[in-house]
Amino acid sequence: MRIYVPRDAAARALGADAVARAVAAEAERRGLAVELVRNGTRGMIWLEPLLEVETAAGRTAFGPVSAADVPGLFDAGFGAHPLALGPVEAIPFFARQTRLTFARCGLTDPLSLAEYEANGGLAGLRRALGMDGRAIVDEVTGSGLRGRGGAGFPTGIKWATVLDAKADRKYVVCNADEGDSGTFADRMIMEGDPFVLIEGMVIAGIAVGADMGYLYVRSEYPDAIAAMQAAIAIARDAGLLGRSVLGSDRAFDMEVRVGAGAYVCGEETSLLNSLEGKRGVVRAKPPLPAIAGLFGKPTIINNVISLASVPVILEKGAAFYKDFGLGRSRGTIPLQIAGNVRYGGLFETAFGMTLGEIVEEIGGGTASGRPVKAVQVGGPLGAYMPVGKFDTPFGYEEFDGQGGLIGHAGIVVFDDTVDMMKMARFAMEFCAVESCGKCTPCRIGSVRGVETIDRIARGDAAGVEILTDLCDTMKDGSLCALGGFTPFPVMSALRHFPEDFSASHKEAAE
Amino acid sequence: MRPSQAAPTTEHIAAIIEEHLGREGPLLPMLHALQEAFGHVPQQAVPMIAEALNQTRAEVHGVVSFYHDFRAEPGGRHVLRLCRAEACQAMGGEAAAAETLARLGVDWHGTTADGRLTVEPVYCLGLCACGPSAMLDDVPLGRASPERVAALLEEAGA
Repeated sequence: MRIYVPRDAAARALGADAVARAVAAEAERRGLAVELVRNGTRGMIWLEPLLEVETAAGRTAFGPVSAADVPGLFDAGFGAHPLALGPVEAIPFFARQTRLTFARCGLTDPLSLAEYEANGGLAGLRRALGMDGRAIVDEVTGSGLRGRGGAGFPTGIKWATVLDAKADRKYVVCNADEGDSGTFADRMIMEGDPFVLIEGMVIAGIAVGADMGYLYVRSEYPDAIAAMQAAIAIARDAGLLGRSVLGSDRAFDMEVRVGAGAYVCGEETSLLNSLEGKRGVVRAKPPLPAIAGLFGKPTIINNVISLASVPVILEKGAAFYKDFGLGRSRGTIPLQIAGNVRYGGLFETAFGMTLGEIVEEIGGGTASGRPVKAVQVGGPLGAYMPVGKFDTPFGYEEFDGQGGLIGHAGIVVFDDTVDMMKMARFAMEFCAVESCGKCTPCRIGSVRGVETIDRIARGDAAGVEILTDLCDTMKDGSLCALGGFTPFPVMSALRHFPEDFSASHKEAAE
Repeated sequence: MRPSQAAPTTEHIAAIIEEHLGREGPLLPMLHALQEAFGHVPQQAVPMIAEALNQTRAEVHGVVSFYHDFRAEPGGRHVLRLCRAEACQAMGGEAAAAETLARLGVDWHGTTADGRLTVEPVYCLGLCACGPSAMLDDVPLGRASPERVAALLEEAGA
């Protein structure tokens, strides 16, 4: 009998290790031969720990399972049981998804290269090895893939710039400094299907003629770091990485570098400085990293999900990927539904679903059962969307048109107990703590922002105009998105929830 | 449990610096290795690194002090990180954290009187669909109510 208990950090955070131990102990006690596989998560976090059993009819799920439930599950022969959920792929939250990037996440043993290959892995790289660099880049450009880190810049255009740059050395850097609250797609894929990211980086390397890659992972993700390091070692032994990629004449190797707790290092130029061993201070652009990036060399720097989407594009072709989506937002996007939400987790789907569908239908509304008040989309630098904007389709331009951004596709739901002035103050405070200090609007503006919001809280209505003006300055005058986008949460809170910014509201709350 | 941390000696620091010297961009890996070995980045390491990398002491100090992770002084034997970011706030994380801090009798960045535990704020652990979240050393915890945090601390002897 084969039983799956996820090793994903979110599953572990809810007791998966204890469940795995209980399964092993119970099997031994009963003298049953059980093969226990620690898979990635399927992404239905409210059902974690989600235990799956392989049956003749496919994989059957039980959840959320605690260690104490395990003997009862064995007693029931993993059949009828109050925690039984039926075939895992028939669970509505899962069945409604289009899983391209996350096709294997939760399905396979993340560190089994054989299972990776048996489920479509390496097909994209094999095809790429038979193409020249220009053809690979054209395929990525043709897919319409845009940077999933948040900026939405076309990935193929970035690659073409690096391909055309002449240099003795080029690099591929993967930005796995996923610091935005409400996002966990990068973590999930690194823990649940690390080879897909390795494959994506190798393809990027052979496309532009780079033979070295760095994966910059935040230190807050110890499980992802361990999974990637283990997968890289396996890939090296198997000849997927090294002097001769899969026996070809192309070389590519990579290593993990660990961040050190600075949010701003998710910005690509400060990440490059950090990799070089400097303070994580933002660089002015130009020069673009594609021309002068890591150690001054032409560098592809892409987010985890962008790179992890490349293998399926090469495997199935640009047209296949481009067929999904809406407007200029092509392909699929792994939505991360989080915060005060009933069915939280990762939901990969084509662009175009409305925010309301995502929050109410897929997410099932709030966990607290209270009405939704606001939804922050795109991390700490994303706008707070009121329920009135729930008909906005999920796409880069569509959100931009509504004064928001999709960022890394994190969706954080708040119920009606949230104080939006407090959230606006938090956004400024966060910017003040995390500012790299290079430019004045961000470094000083954020501190003044906190003070000004405190003035408004004390009943000084004149503060609203000053705050608005300050936000304009930060938006126009900051070097990077930290200072430049902090006005999004602040101004959206002020614009959509002005009642929270009055002194009377504050007195009522206290 | 975290491995027991050694008291820094010049030889030990020099060995760690030497181990990473050949890498591209060796400074962050060096600092992580020093912190792993000693629980902090010892002051005496700064001029040694500067010498090895042909940088000024000010440059090295600038890097050490820029990043939240690097400590100038040893912390507690265990580190508890409580998430303060938006998704965890939406699930009552601020009140839960305040109660945990009160129970432990420390403030943010503080260490308990017995030196057992340091509490640090963290802005996102990527556990945003089961908030509020926490991490004890490398062990993640979801739905981190004060009771669940207390149970985890007890289990770990922290």
